[in-house]
Amino acid sequence: MKRLLKGARVVDPANGIDGQLDVLIDGERIAQVGRDLPADLADGGEVLRLPAGLVICPGFIDMHVHLREPGQEHKETVATGVLSAVSGGFTAVACMPNTKPVNDNAGVTQLILQKAREANLARVYPIGAVSRGQRGEELADIAELREAGCVAVTDDGLPIASAILARRALEYTSMFGMPVIEHCEDQSLKGDGVAHEGPVASGLGLRGIPGVAEAITAGRDILLAEMTGGHVHVAHMSAWTTLEAVRQGKSRGVRVTAEVCPHHFTLTDELLKGPIPYDTNAKMNPPLREARDRDAMLAGIADGSVDVIATDHAPHHYDEKNVEFDRAPFGIVGLETAVPIVLDRLVRAGVISLPRMVELMSVNPARILNVTGGSLAAGQPADITVLAPDLSVTIDRGALRSKSKNTPYHGWTFTGGVAATLVGGRAVFTSAAAGWPDSA
Amino acid sequence: MDATAAPALSQKNLLGIADLTPEEIVLILDTAEAMKEVGKRAIKKVPTLRGRTVVNLFFEPSTRTRTSFEIAEKRLSADTLNVAIGTSSVVKGETLVDTALNIEAMAPSMIVLRHASSGACHLLSRICKAAIINAGDGMHEHPTQALLDAFTIRERKGRIRGLKVAIFGDLLHSRVLRSNLLLLSKLGAEPWVCGPSTLIPPGLRELGVRVTTRVDEAVEGADVVMMLRIQLERMQGGYFPSLREYFRTFGMTEQRVRLAQPDVIIMHPGPINRGVEIASEVADGPFSVILDQVANGVAVRMAVLYLLAGGADDEAVA
Repeated sequence: MKRLLKGARVVDPANGIDGQLDVLIDGERIAQVGRDLPADLADGGEVLRLPAGLVICPGFIDMHVHLREPGQEHKETVATGVLSAVSGGFTAVACMPNTKPVNDNAGVTQLILQKAREANLARVYPIGAVSRGQRGEELADIAELREAGCVAVTDDGLPIASAILARRALEYTSMFGMPVIEHCEDQSLKGDGVAHEGPVASGLGLRGIPGVAEAITAGRDILLAEMTGGHVHVAHMSAWTTLEAVRQGKSRGVRVTAEVCPHHFTLTDELLKGPIPYDTNAKMNPPLREARDRDAMLAGIADGSVDVIATDHAPHHYDEKNVEFDRAPFGIVGLETAVPIVLDRLVRAGVISLPRMVELMSVNPARILNVTGGSLAAGQPADITVLAPDLSVTIDRGALRSKSKNTPYHGWTFTGGVAATLVGGRAVFTSAAAGWPDSA
Repeated sequence: MDATAAPALSQKNLLGIADLTPEEIVLILDTAEAMKEVGKRAIKKVPTLRGRTVVNLFFEPSTRTRTSFEIAEKRLSADTLNVAIGTSSVVKGETLVDTALNIEAMAPSMIVLRHASSGACHLLSRICKAAIINAGDGMHEHPTQALLDAFTIRERKGRIRGLKVAIFGDLLHSRVLRSNLLLLSKLGAEPWVCGPSTLIPPGLRELGVRVTTRVDEAVEGADVVMMLRIQLERMQGGYFPSLREYFRTFGMTEQRVRLAQPDVIIMHPGPINRGVEIASEVADGPFSVILDQVANGVAVRMAVLYLLAGGADDEAVA
């Protein structure tokens, strides 16, 4: 069946396209993008006339989420995670291996992919562990993981424990063209820290994690990537010193890429002081840092030093967060808040353009993970995110589709939302409030 | 005391000095003077909190603070209950929130909470109707300690404004320090802090505190010398090489005390480590007010309990 989307702006930077254009979908694939395409579709085709103001983009890919299955299904499952993803405008997610058991073998990878097929919403790209059991001792069977469907490796939640293992991982994965995604954090400097080390944590009596704990590991791995020719991707970058290390690496031609999470360019550790003092939904790792760090992340996003915006979607059950601050787990959900935040705080605020947003959330994640997507060229899968940049969105944790509700943005209002999410030509999420027309 | 004025605090809880205005601090100190008078009577009891239940919920071992609160509560005729919970039993099962909800279900008027986690009192205050009094939360605040310190300083010096108050020791982990710095700043003292550079947290200078690692500079001309306890685990954590070296470098000796004002007072929240942060000759010497602090603790805690009860009880302390 053919579907023609008319009346919206199409932003497809991978093909140099930005304009009022029509998109013709044939079955699961893009057939054509062009001006005033003929609306007389044969045999039961559907023409959707979209309100002016909506924006059609290649599907967004969140390359850093925790789906928690297997093992922690009380927080999230693959099914609830991909429902959350498509509700937030993501057509694909890459999921972290710190499940129970760890995704360090083909069996776990296949289980995740099976659950994703059953859910049949967003595409799911598993990420395997660097080391067996994420214990930091020996490499996992990375070739097997790759054959089973893993698109990258990481020990996320922990850094790769030693420089020699990081070296081996970068060397070994370079055979397959896979990135090593690094949770950069020197464990001895982190200690038992629970918040960014700075005046706010001092005043609240919270043990600190300094920004350089991140930059030191990033620096180590950038040097190792330079030496080995491997590709290191810096996950959830938060400290200005890390950004400096990434910039230096890029300027020397090192294969280093970096992602930033929405909370690290919108929030600072001041949130720990209130309106809810010691709110465990303001506790994540890396922690909310100082204004200098947040401003650096914004600058890095604006100048191209940052490649990707990813959410680090980290669902935790209410009970786990309803405890003393230092006992609460790190992390917040992010799949359903990212697009409103980016549209409001980056695009509307003038930090970046819409095409740049699409690069950060679609083109670059697809390129880094070497997966399909990031393009509306003819023949590509019809994975499409339709934005409603003028829609007013108030975040309501009770309305989140994720199984967990741990967000610091409850009650915040942003301008910008999602009108529809199409995966393989199928509308898996639509919003009438955003002006998406009723299907025929 | 005239109860008809019904003095009260603007907050329902005492979570920290951070929430008090200078006027409220002075009100607590003034009230404590009346309470101290009660403690000098033969019958050390007034009916102020008669019929009210106060639960002392202590998740950390404490002798001084718990005893002090309990005596204060009893002198005010409250029904008091001590719940001491080892951290281990929390690990085994019940969360702090569930423990608090269970106690709350029995309708106490106030909960005095001591807990190893910073912010634990804030957490309780969001779920309990009972007034929460912070008896020390992690590395955050210990407000009644700062209030009794201020009471002791004012009693000895007649004022707080303009005094050089030098505080020594583990500045990084001390809740006593945080509460004292807030209070001293609010009442116009000139606080100095001194300790090894490994135990100085970021952000102290921004609070208007003078920071030094040189003991002599901090002691010189000080009106008040306040020592903080050095815990053995700090040495094990690598913050300084040995207790011997700590005492050599930062210990308060008679020789160093001579640099202070001739009428300096030496304070310590206790328990003291003789020969680590303070020489015995100083702790037991003529300038020491360490035991006055303990005595004043009861009066200050009576004042806090009274004022948080709304000060509204008709009989007050008459």
